[in-house]
Amino acid sequence: MDCYLGIDLGSTTTKAVYLDEHERPLGRGITNSRCNYALACEIAGDEAGINSRFMLLRRRIEEEDGARDGLAELMKWLACSFTFAQYVDQLAALEEICLEEVERWNDAFERDLYAKTLASLFERMRSEAEEMFRPGLAARSDFFRDIVANQYLDHAERLAKDGAVSFDRLTAIYDRAILRVEGKNFATAYAKHLDLACERAVWRGGFEPLGETLRRAVDYAIGVAFNVRNTIGTGYGRQTLPIPKPQIRSEILCHGLGAHFMFPNTRTVLDIGGQDTKAIQVDAKGIAVNFQMNDRCAAGCGRYLGYIADEMNMGVHELGPLAMKARKAVRINSTCTVFAGAELRERLALGEKREEILAGLHRAIILRAMSLLARSGGVHDEFTFTGGVAKNAAAVTALKRLISENYGDRMINISPDSIYTGAVGAALFARRDREAI
Amino acid sequence: MNPTPAVRKERSMELQKAMMGEHFKNLARAKDLGKKVVYTFVPGNLNELIWTFGMLPVHPEVNALQIGLRKKSGDYILEAEKHGHSEDVCAYVKCDLGMLKRGNIGPTGEKLPEPDLLLLSYTGCFTFMKWFELLREEYRCPIVMLHVPYQGDGRITPDMTAYVARQISEKVLPLMEKISGRAYDPDALREHLASSARAERDLVAVWESARNRPSPIDAYFGGVYYVGPVFSAFRGLPACEVFYETLRQEVEERVRNHEGPITPEGPLKEERFRLIVEGPPCWPNFRDLWKMFYEEGAVAVSSSYTKVGGLYDAGFRHDPDRPLESLADYCMGCYTNLNLPSRIQYLERCLREYDADGFLINSIKSCNSFSAGQLLILQELEKRTGKPGGFIESDLVDPRYFSAANIKNRLESYFQMIKAKRSA
Repeated sequence: MDCYLGIDLGSTTTKAVYLDEHERPLGRGITNSRCNYALACEIAGDEAGINSRFMLLRRRIEEEDGARDGLAELMKWLACSFTFAQYVDQLAALEEICLEEVERWNDAFERDLYAKTLASLFERMRSEAEEMFRPGLAARSDFFRDIVANQYLDHAERLAKDGAVSFDRLTAIYDRAILRVEGKNFATAYAKHLDLACERAVWRGGFEPLGETLRRAVDYAIGVAFNVRNTIGTGYGRQTLPIPKPQIRSEILCHGLGAHFMFPNTRTVLDIGGQDTKAIQVDAKGIAVNFQMNDRCAAGCGRYLGYIADEMNMGVHELGPLAMKARKAVRINSTCTVFAGAELRERLALGEKREEILAGLHRAIILRAMSLLARSGGVHDEFTFTGGVAKNAAAVTALKRLISENYGDRMINISPDSIYTGAVGAALFARRDREAI
Repeated sequence: MNPTPAVRKERSMELQKAMMGEHFKNLARAKDLGKKVVYTFVPGNLNELIWTFGMLPVHPEVNALQIGLRKKSGDYILEAEKHGHSEDVCAYVKCDLGMLKRGNIGPTGEKLPEPDLLLLSYTGCFTFMKWFELLREEYRCPIVMLHVPYQGDGRITPDMTAYVARQISEKVLPLMEKISGRAYDPDALREHLASSARAERDLVAVWESARNRPSPIDAYFGGVYYVGPVFSAFRGLPACEVFYETLRQEVEERVRNHEGPITPEGPLKEERFRLIVEGPPCWPNFRDLWKMFYEEGAVAVSSSYTKVGGLYDAGFRHDPDRPLESLADYCMGCYTNLNLPSRIQYLERCLREYDADGFLINSIKSCNSFSAGQLLILQELEKRTGKPGGFIESDLVDPRYFSAANIKNRLESYFQMIKAKRSA
């Protein structure tokens, strides 16, 4: 099947999107970019391939069996079962590497003690995993690292309670091993995982009547060969992508075109990513006509929120919901990440409420973005907000309020898939450049 | 590591190098030669007058940028900050003061003489005043300041010219006579002014050559070399005329051969983007920035920075028949003394005349004279011409304000934006 691949190599995550010949999205994939860039691209690309197979699989079932009730539920079962199958393999790899770490120790007693502890720890994790991957359970994160870290550290803490083993040593083993696991690509085993997922979905999800249809669709999806006719890379790390220069496009253009594809009336785009903020004006075809971005300092970008989350000992996904509980926003003067940390501690010491401080911090970020928007030419109808920070409800609320105050009524678009905007734009360029060739 | 490639040296470049070398040598020996030294700034400088009195000019901001080019400005700036100047102060000032504190060794490695006179002939940059105030504290020498009216209404009126000419006549001439020990010789001034006008004519021919496709010159990165003699010490001298005659011939030769501008890596092979550039370059990273342009085939076909010492392409010439008046007009005519509508008008003309693809601003952190209002200029130009504007930020000579990755990212996005717009 002919398709076009867009890859957005961001500072925090790498995203990939497949489009078909008619510029219809096929699938998308995401991975964190902590491992090396070439591998991150490969993994995100493979994940997008898997996602595309899910899309084709669903289309095949609909063609064969009609769009029937329960299909959405079946797809959910299939997706979480696939993730489960992958997780089991990832967990096995992590266990193996953790044991290798311990094997290197000189002290035979310790070696033995920790090997046994690890075996018990992973056994507990495996037995829990089955229940963690069910439809309707909100995933804490898309990434193995985030999911497994919670589980591992919980059990490590429990096992270390009696004092025989040290929690710190168990953590150190994990820290070294996780990097190596992230260096492995599990997406290539998609056929095996899809097979297992198919079985689990049918038996655990209670979809026996659809079993044969699903089996045929899975076989078809596994068998599809993707013929990537063109790839365009973009994003913070685009210069490091293993593709030639003509196939590299600036993220400004990609975000502009991607936002226009998702919302065709878009004229102004705001993207707040890991370490840059971009205000982009686009024309009726989605081509960037003006832009402004933050200069040397990444204050007020996604990383700022990450830092604040660390300061408050919270997950970055928890910041927005907590800030939403605030009844007023504390005035935060600094978007300098380091100064904001100091200001945050000072406010906490003064007894200000955490949620109100957080509301103030979100407002401070958005104020900075408003300045960039103004410099790029203002906010025109329609306005599309993209990037990881667009998922943060408190940031969105602050943005809506400030846009209304400064520019009046504007249609504000936020796609739940906004994190893929740059990759979508890149895939569109891949399709259109190919056409030009 | 590969050594930085050398700029292909044309004869004009060799001439300029020799002129600069000799001038700095003379400055180092000024006291032995019995020469008086006048410190003055580039915009609105009264070089012809300084030569008329047989004195030697020193341009502190030229020294600062030369030091920046040699990547030594960072140390001098830190030195100035050690003496109490904040991070936000104009980097030229700090580079100059840092250099002074470290023994006043100029860009060529020779010691600069102390001034016998501080001549402030352009006050549109408020920092210039403060700068000379600081130098006066250091040197305890006479200072003369012209009050130069701003072109707030977008033009120079006869009253404004008379006002400045009177200051030259009543304040500057008597003081120069006193310091140099020479009587003012109006004929000598006329000769210098006539020489200036001839050099200016040839410089304008060089600027206008950029109307060709491909442009034989880069009017920003090459342009800063082209304005060297006329903006600094040499305007009004025969050597300056020879330089511009030579340069003009070289450029005309390139036009005949359909050659593009010469870059540090040889002649540009393909002109892909024609730009008008606003704002000074970041001197310590001059080569890096240039590379980001020529690697993408981007050529500056005109720039405003190369007009800070005179808008000759807009018709100004030093005029021997109106000696003091034309000096007065020159003081008031430099680019940063124009109001925003005039700057917009000038840049719009450049965009159209040179058939440029777009307009790019390098906004300078520590130079308000240049930077204030630049986004308004950008938006207005986009509205009037439909040509896309680009925006990068750096500094004059403070290397801390140059983020290569960020600037490259913005430039690449800008070039791709022009390309996408073209093919849309």
